[in-house]
Amino acid sequence: MASVQISDVRKSFGGFEVLHGVSIPIEDGAFVVLVGPSGCGKSTLLRMLAGLENITSGTIAIGDRVVNNVQPKERDIAMVFQNYALYPHMTVAQNMGFSLKLRNAQAGDISTRVKKAAEILDLTPLLDRYPRQLSGGQRQRVAMGRAIVRDPQVFLFDEPLSNLDAKLRVAMRTEIKELHQRLKTTTVYVTHDQIEAMTMADKIVVMHDGIVEQIGSPLELYDQPENQFVAGFIGSPAMNFLNGHLKVNGGQPYVETENGSRLPIHAAPATSDGRPVVYGVRPEHLDLASDGIEAEVAVVEPTGSETQIVARIGSQELIAVFRDRHQVAPGDKIHLRPRAEVAHLFDKDTGRRL
Amino acid sequence: MTTMQTSMPAQAVYKDTRSLWERLRTNRNWLALWFMLPTAAFLILFLAYPLGLGVWMSFTDERIGRTGIFIGLENYEWLWSDSIFWLSVFNTLLYTIIASAIKFAVGLYLALLLNRHMPFKAIIRAIVLVPFIVPTVLSAIAFWWIYDAQFSIVSWSLIKLGLIDHNINFLGDPNMARASVIFANIWRGVPFVAITLLAGLQTVSPSLYEAATLDGATDWQRFRYITYPLLTPIIAVVMTFSVLFTFTDFQLVWALTRGGPVNATHLMATLSYQRGILSGRLGEGAAIATAMIPFLLAAIAISWFGMQRRKWQQGSDND
Repeated sequence: MASVQISDVRKSFGGFEVLHGVSIPIEDGAFVVLVGPSGCGKSTLLRMLAGLENITSGTIAIGDRVVNNVQPKERDIAMVFQNYALYPHMTVAQNMGFSLKLRNAQAGDISTRVKKAAEILDLTPLLDRYPRQLSGGQRQRVAMGRAIVRDPQVFLFDEPLSNLDAKLRVAMRTEIKELHQRLKTTTVYVTHDQIEAMTMADKIVVMHDGIVEQIGSPLELYDQPENQFVAGFIGSPAMNFLNGHLKVNGGQPYVETENGSRLPIHAAPATSDGRPVVYGVRPEHLDLASDGIEAEVAVVEPTGSETQIVARIGSQELIAVFRDRHQVAPGDKIHLRPRAEVAHLFDKDTGRRL
Repeated sequence: MTTMQTSMPAQAVYKDTRSLWERLRTNRNWLALWFMLPTAAFLILFLAYPLGLGVWMSFTDERIGRTGIFIGLENYEWLWSDSIFWLSVFNTLLYTIIASAIKFAVGLYLALLLNRHMPFKAIIRAIVLVPFIVPTVLSAIAFWWIYDAQFSIVSWSLIKLGLIDHNINFLGDPNMARASVIFANIWRGVPFVAITLLAGLQTVSPSLYEAATLDGATDWQRFRYITYPLLTPIIAVVMTFSVLFTFTDFQLVWALTRGGPVNATHLMATLSYQRGILSGRLGEGAAIATAMIPFLLAAIAISWFGMQRRKWQQGSDND
């Protein structure tokens, strides 16, 4: 096990820079998830950590050792690929033992370690099968088995669950997290799925267009998003954003929207009357009330445990989620009241949290 | 299935009252037979019939212009004690084994080179194919000049460089002639092997090489444990074809040496042509050609049972 320090790392392909100075500290034994939309550079960063891509500038250190010029095989890391990259001509046992075989380990030692890893992952009855004979979830586990057999300093996961169906994905999510709690090996996990990030990570790194938007624990990102991008990316359904202007009336601050609704806020930042802002409120932080924002119901989506309502205020759409079963139908006029204490304010121009 | 049948009420059994013609008309197997007939007719007319006729002819004493009568194994008995026939068998095996082995080695090496990222990749790949697309007789004539006793460019160059002092007798000396025709065959056959293996190499997922790199494999180990095993099914197919083409080669040798000097480069195919067509003894020529069949079947059998079907390729894809 080891810590990982990513310091001001940049990456260019030809003249095109895709990572613009990324710094991420990763503590020993942490489970860190890099999350962001496709093209944000998260996979490139992981591949640089693995040694599959060169580092244009900046440094990556594993433990106390800067690994910029260290060969992949000497970095002591193991990677699980999106398509698993299992060797099709080797059995499960051979796949798992391949790295040990290349290191000239004793046959007995290889077989002991493969068996131990197979037990952890429930693969013992499958050891003589070929990858073609396995289901998607089993292949996924073999790919993880290949990684844990080596007992590396750091595990790298590159979108490992995106080829699985929804149900299996949830099950494997739990399995990977359990595995980490058991082995406590430093793990860097790349995904575009914010639910995966929220449920698995000790620490989430939100990336966007080659920069780090925010680093924090799942609940920090949910409660205190530093900017509008993170606020909109974390949480499902996504946070509602309403444009408006900051107003103060008798010491009580509020946001006035374009159509004249008054949105409550807990505390105004600096007194800046009339400043254009973006008001953010999560769907689960809207209540049905007798007063508040007037909206027209467009779609009602019951999921059983909760009900999602898409409502329109003028041209803007607002999503609200209720755990109680309210009787509403499309076309109804309703009033939605945001909870002031959990509402978010962002600067209209920079998108930064106020 | 059984539960289905037991749950069906007995009176529901359907009785087909249609006429035989009506039933045939809607029968899928009957329809399929008709669709297969045109292809079958072509195969029988152009493949099975000539082959059968050739084998039959080898049991007769047919000559050009005179129908033969059945003489049993007489042609084969005659060939058994014919040293020129045995020389041609030896030549054919030598020609096939050496040329195929070198074509495989060079072709694989070229394929690995062409599989790398390099400038002008498409053009270089196209150039590699040139020897394959030039008509064999044309390239044979070019080689004929290259190997010419007086005007050979190779001899001329080596003399000018001061390395030798007289022309090399490429096609006049038995062993030199064998080496020369084998070289020409390799030159012509390498592109086929290289391009087909290249196609095979491109089906290997790059992430397998990345995984192997992270597992600690060197370049050689990646070839030995990933590339080569994943390529074996294609190698089997390519080398089977290569061996069959080489074993039955006729054009190149006929255009270069006509089997000479002193039968040193006579292959079974050229000997068969010489005896059957030029000397007019069709029966004997057919017997030589028929004698090639066991060798060809053996080559196919080795490839089929030994290399093509791999355990790891079987089983269903569960994606």
